[in-house]
Amino acid sequence: MIKLDVNGTVRQVDVDPDTPLLWVIREWLGMTGTKYGCGIAQCGACTVHMDGVATRSCSVPVGSVGDAKIVTIEGLSPDGLSHPIQIAWLQCDVPQCGYCQSGQIMAAAALLKANPKPTDADIDDAMTNICRCGTYQRIREALHSAADLSGKA
Amino acid sequence: MSTTRLARRSFMVSAAVAGGGLALGWRLPSTARAQTTGSGAEVGIWAVIQPDDTTIVRIARSEMGQGTLTGLAQLVADELDCNWKFVRTEYVRPDVNFANKRAWGEMSTGGSRGIRASVDYVRKGGAAARAMLITAAAQQWAVPVAECSASDSVITHTLSGRTLRYGEVAAAAAKLPVPADVKLKTPAEWKIIGKSVKRLDTVDKLSGKQIFALDVQVPDMLNAAIAHCPVFGGTLKSFDASKIQSMPGVRQVVQVGDDAVAVVADKWYQAKTALAALPIVWDEGKNGNVNSAQIAELLKAGLDAKDAALGQQHGDVEAGLAGAAKRIDAVYGTPFLAHATMEPMNCTAKVADGKVEIWVASQNGDASLAAAAEAAGVKLSDVKVNKLHLGGGFGRRGQQDYVTQAVLIAKQIPGRPIKLIWSREEDTQHDFYRPITQCKLSGGLDADGNVVALHARLSGQSILAYLAPQRMENGVDRAAFQGWTEEEFGYKTVPNLRIDHAVRNTHVPVGFWRGVNTNQNAIYMECFIDELAHAAGKDPLAFRQAMLAKSPKHLAVLNAAAEKAGWDKALPSGVFRGISQCYGYGSYTAAVAEVSVSPKGELKIHRIVAATDPGHVVNPQQVVAQVEGSFVYGLGAVLYGEITIEKGRVAQSNFDNYPVMRLAEMPKVETVIVPSGGFWGGVGEPTIAVAGPAVLNAIFAATGKRIRTLPLSQHDLRAT
Repeated sequence: MIKLDVNGTVRQVDVDPDTPLLWVIREWLGMTGTKYGCGIAQCGACTVHMDGVATRSCSVPVGSVGDAKIVTIEGLSPDGLSHPIQIAWLQCDVPQCGYCQSGQIMAAAALLKANPKPTDADIDDAMTNICRCGTYQRIREALHSAADLSGKA
Repeated sequence: MSTTRLARRSFMVSAAVAGGGLALGWRLPSTARAQTTGSGAEVGIWAVIQPDDTTIVRIARSEMGQGTLTGLAQLVADELDCNWKFVRTEYVRPDVNFANKRAWGEMSTGGSRGIRASVDYVRKGGAAARAMLITAAAQQWAVPVAECSASDSVITHTLSGRTLRYGEVAAAAAKLPVPADVKLKTPAEWKIIGKSVKRLDTVDKLSGKQIFALDVQVPDMLNAAIAHCPVFGGTLKSFDASKIQSMPGVRQVVQVGDDAVAVVADKWYQAKTALAALPIVWDEGKNGNVNSAQIAELLKAGLDAKDAALGQQHGDVEAGLAGAAKRIDAVYGTPFLAHATMEPMNCTAKVADGKVEIWVASQNGDASLAAAAEAAGVKLSDVKVNKLHLGGGFGRRGQQDYVTQAVLIAKQIPGRPIKLIWSREEDTQHDFYRPITQCKLSGGLDADGNVVALHARLSGQSILAYLAPQRMENGVDRAAFQGWTEEEFGYKTVPNLRIDHAVRNTHVPVGFWRGVNTNQNAIYMECFIDELAHAAGKDPLAFRQAMLAKSPKHLAVLNAAAEKAGWDKALPSGVFRGISQCYGYGSYTAAVAEVSVSPKGELKIHRIVAATDPGHVVNPQQVVAQVEGSFVYGLGAVLYGEITIEKGRVAQSNFDNYPVMRLAEMPKVETVIVPSGGFWGGVGEPTIAVAGPAVLNAIFAATGKRIRTLPLSQHDLRAT
């Protein structure tokens, strides 16, 4: 049995420790907001926070997680709408198909936490998740807008 | 080198069967009943109105990010005169559409047709519902209908000032006959069409609540991972299930069609892990030694072949070229490309008691239904199809191979829902690729630098020959000439013109890829026009303006892009411009790119100005989103995109060796919408065509280097 702290709840999971965290979240815990896109940490659709750091869960064996606190898109805010990133994403109408957006939002939230006022260059460096619909311009706009929102709060 | 996989061929038959229903055409049968859950009155077939005024608009097309769901709802809501804040949407289930003689029309969502091919009948649906609501209110008041008006979900008796909400009369309205003849609003009367309302499908995409097909969870569900014969046209010879039978979670190993094998397990990750350990023997067939170099030779031979399918011609191109003061020739080429939707192919299917139920992300719900029926060997009426939002489509999800496979697996494990998920590697290596083509262009200039002759010879693969051979016309694939047909082609001043196509098919499956053949054709034509302008010593914009003198709408969009970009203004040192224009999917487009190339050969795209005239605009901010997105998809392909063939199979497998554009590389895109009205053009695809040539022409301006083969990553842009 492996113990996991996900969104503030400690769960016991009977799973091979080599299983990637992504699939434990999706298939053993039944939380499907975190997406599979590539399986090799290239696309970022599976991004979660581990102790506040944006992490590509497809490439983290669940056995290596230990006591780290994991937050998934479902746990980013209590109502799923009130994190500054979610507010800004709604205002800017960012998502198109939406499949990559859980990962984009988790990456953006981690960036904002580490760097409350990111420059365009900071955003270029941190936001490496793939979006095939091409929402990048609005992601950039929404991130700046979220930084302003957080600054005022 | 020509083979077709059995599962795919049999699908074409099934699609033709389902297509028979299309002949019934559009109508509004009062018996049509959809699947709305909860309370609400069906006022006609497009709108369900609840007592609290909540208005559910039915959507037959598929939402894959392009915003069609919101746009279609705007069309219905405007004619319905309802308050936009009350509007929700629901999909019409394909089986319900089938059972009602396709009352909701075509479900196929491709070719940027979602809005423009539905606009008349969905607006009539909204107008009919409005008329029914007004009639119901007039009857309740016992006043003439002509004394009543409707606005914002409220009906007013204009003489007395009495009002009724839509929710109050919807139940009575639903019992009235649906009027066959309704008057539509004029553009001046539109209140919701043309407004930048927010998308209706955003909230659940911010919290992880949006269920994509890959997220479907059905009780008792098992999961399947699949491996295809790596060589196209090859088959499955054997596998040894005993070697993996004891691995965690494994339930069964099954053959899928003639070219694939799947492991079924409790969890998908277990199935994938066991599949990697499964000993499989493939019969690679006759294509196991084909490689990209051979395919390039095949296409090259087509460039000068005597026989070619004619796209259009007028004048005498040979004489024109022979008599020209100056002749320019160039050969261009573009590679195979994969779609790489973010959500890999997947489908959940359950086969039990002679019936099939599927859960699918599809660009064509009708075809999904037909494919499931055929794979299960049941009647079309015995299939239930649950449509889910697509995690990207771009043309890939118009094909139904993954639906067929899910049903073939589920059939072997009756009673258990099976979710088939392709790994990213299988998705990359078993796509229907954008076809590979080359193009030889020859142009003649007179002494004044005017184009007197132009010949474009395409050589390469035909999508229709592979996917829809019944649509080939005497060996001609009309779709190959996208943007170059007489109606579409803007350069009508060229006196001697020929455009033709030597069809050269390979064993690689090909299909529709966002923008389809306008992508390659615009790169060939617009870069070559730039070559001609340079040879004539003329400004690329002025050169095009003269050539478009007989095509006022093409010209207007070109001018709009140039004006916004400030074409006549000086650029910062080291920054250079390129321009391009194209017509496709009913819309006119043009772009200006500003780039710099460092001494080390590093390209930076500083700015893109993109202009489009789609006739009428339903939602400007969503048009902007589509224009921006199309540049990401198109420029990613120009910069890096390439699928190559080695030993009959695809050499690339995932985003590490099939890179796509990321945020840091995306240029700032400024969108200019210049709607001229009077027609409904597409939006999702058209602007992708002008992305590549604008940038390539700017690179020439910056470096003097003509890039004639893609991707750019293969070229050295350093100053020589």
